[in-house]
Amino acid sequence: MFVIKHRKIFYGISIAMVAISLFAIFNWGIKFGIDFAGGSILEVEYTETKTQKEIVIDDINSLGLEKEFSVRETGEAGYIIRSTTLTDTEKNQIISAIGEQNPVEEIRFNTVGPTLGKELVSKGITAFMVIVISIILFVAYTFREVSKPVSSWKYGFVSILAFVHDVLVPVGLFAFLGQFYGIEVDTLFIVAILVVLGYSINDTIVVFDRIRDNLKKVKESERKDKFEKVVGKSLKQVYARSINTSITTLIALVAIFIWGGESTKWFSLALITGVIAGTYSSIFFASPMLVTLSKMKPSAKKVEKVEESEENK
Amino acid sequence: MEKIRLTALFLLVLGALTGYFIYSSEISPESNFKFKLGLDLDGGTHLTYRADTSDIDPIEVPEAMTALRDTIERRINIFGVSEPIVQVETGGIFSDDENDNRLIVELPGVTDVTEAIRQIGQTPTLEFRLEDETSTSSVNFLALQATSSEEIAEQIRNQYESTGLTGAQLDRSRLVFDQMTGSPTIALDFNSEGREMFAGITKNNIGKSMGIFLDGILISDPVIQSEIPNGQAVITGVFSPEEARELVRNLNLGALPVPIELIETQTIGPSLGAETLEKGIEALLIGFAIIFVFLVSLYRLKGLVASVALAIYLIIMLALFKLIPVTLTSSGLAGFILSIGMAVDANILIFERIKEELKKGVGKYDAVKEGTAKAWTSIRDGNITSIISAVVLYWLSGTSVVQGFALVFGIGVLVSMFTAVVVTKVILLALTNKK
Repeated sequence: MFVIKHRKIFYGISIAMVAISLFAIFNWGIKFGIDFAGGSILEVEYTETKTQKEIVIDDINSLGLEKEFSVRETGEAGYIIRSTTLTDTEKNQIISAIGEQNPVEEIRFNTVGPTLGKELVSKGITAFMVIVISIILFVAYTFREVSKPVSSWKYGFVSILAFVHDVLVPVGLFAFLGQFYGIEVDTLFIVAILVVLGYSINDTIVVFDRIRDNLKKVKESERKDKFEKVVGKSLKQVYARSINTSITTLIALVAIFIWGGESTKWFSLALITGVIAGTYSSIFFASPMLVTLSKMKPSAKKVEKVEESEENK
Repeated sequence: MEKIRLTALFLLVLGALTGYFIYSSEISPESNFKFKLGLDLDGGTHLTYRADTSDIDPIEVPEAMTALRDTIERRINIFGVSEPIVQVETGGIFSDDENDNRLIVELPGVTDVTEAIRQIGQTPTLEFRLEDETSTSSVNFLALQATSSEEIAEQIRNQYESTGLTGAQLDRSRLVFDQMTGSPTIALDFNSEGREMFAGITKNNIGKSMGIFLDGILISDPVIQSEIPNGQAVITGVFSPEEARELVRNLNLGALPVPIELIETQTIGPSLGAETLEKGIEALLIGFAIIFVFLVSLYRLKGLVASVALAIYLIIMLALFKLIPVTLTSSGLAGFILSIGMAVDANILIFERIKEELKKGVGKYDAVKEGTAKAWTSIRDGNITSIISAVVLYWLSGTSVVQGFALVFGIGVLVSMFTAVVVTKVILLALTNKK
């Protein structure tokens, strides 16, 4: 199989993607929104004529609120004002100040206390850990019958490598978007990452399931196919499915991105990159990786011996 | 064979009927099964309060929180918001802070929050007032208590005169069952200051009724039967245990004020909500249409069957949203659209397996049966990981944005397994001749 034969090239692509993402993350960092950092967001829309951005900023400055704030244009006649935490009174002051020249309407106003943000981070991390651990246990459990020639724990291990890859790519993209387009990361982004995690593993499992199936057949027919060949054959059988499924999922996601509301736009973009990375890694990274692992002689032999001695008992 | 065809027909008719239910319940004005829209789609205000329960005995915290919720609910009802949501939320299983108790207040349709915040933010007040015989107007209490307008509450309050006795002089109240009759009564324990005041009031006003007001609203008006010198009063009457318990909660709230602090506000204007909803539906329809074209061009008849199964999937989901009911939010809508992609996945897995069976030279009918059976393990294993993610997300995050997504996504994965494995298979079998 082509993919297995040239696996080093595909590893190279994966490593490059991960390296670029890591560079983006460490170099630019992630721009956290008020969901994490605390603060206020006020979105307003001018109902008749739009006031210039500079004047809006001056109007707010003239209030002397001693808040850090930034103003961004949105839609045709709207502004999004981000700032450190505003009270309700301060918000009303801003609205009347910027509404003096032209009538303005409040579209939404969110305030998040700083403690809530910290809590979200710790909850996100906990959720991530719990999901990862439950999935590894689950994968190791469902693949327990196929311990030869690669131990079932290695399937779990490879699925983790694959999803670290799949998760880093969208995170890297958002580090880039944050740096150059001011896109902030919100609660939904965390959800997107956790969904990518589930999707990535789902995709990897489908391929592994085929390998499991084919290994069983080989065992039953008492042939002596090389593991490499079995993986190659399995990949050939599933890649049509993997790509077709990803395309349908991507269609749904692109529809959300283009036609959906503003609040889910970046959410869908994170998912789109995650799904593409997930599809790539399940075919071009995870399965070849199993072959590479099976070739690492010492550990493979050891595992085999352990398995055998257990069977002999 | 006939049986399979009948089952397929049955599924289709059932799908059509459910579709009709969704449609008719949405256009009929008095239906109880309308879609419930979250604040982000409907417009409104979301407030999160932290309750400072550090001064309260941990055992009494849940009780105090319930009382706090009832009070705030009552305050909100005064200014007439339709279907407000007031709920208590604890910090979650992994919260570091035991005293972290929150109150979530959702006010659909309210975008001017200043007044709402002011009214909610008051510390509850409990007052004991005396019936004022000189009061001229006579109002029918029973008729009035049912309404909740601020003015009527004020009128009633004016028929009682202040005694100076408030929740500050009440130690606590308890629910006690009368030893003779077994009926529920409410015991009040006043502190030393309250004891003297209460003794004085009861001594001079036997036969009059005492109005107990929480936040200006009459919650009970017992008649003073005798002088009570020891500060331990009992309110008897025809209460159900439920009513009595609620009254005790209310009385204790006045006695144990829980300070609250506003930590998060979210206001979504009605136009933004409507726009988000409109865009969400548009994305859903366009996504579905493109997937339909994609499936039919790739798998022909089978693709058409998969699209029918997908339509049935959508109908089941929409019906579940109405029946459970699930409050739809923009993140929930995104989860729903994403789950369409996942639902198709199972179908594609089955179709690819059927193709392989056909290549082996198996008959069409058997190929469908075998293909579905063989695809099952990967459908099951793949979906279990998605369900794990959904459950963990729902369970760990106290955030409604995440929960809205996780709930819809989780239900979606479960239902899609059913539609792919059962509906697609049955229809395909019904269309194939057994040879």
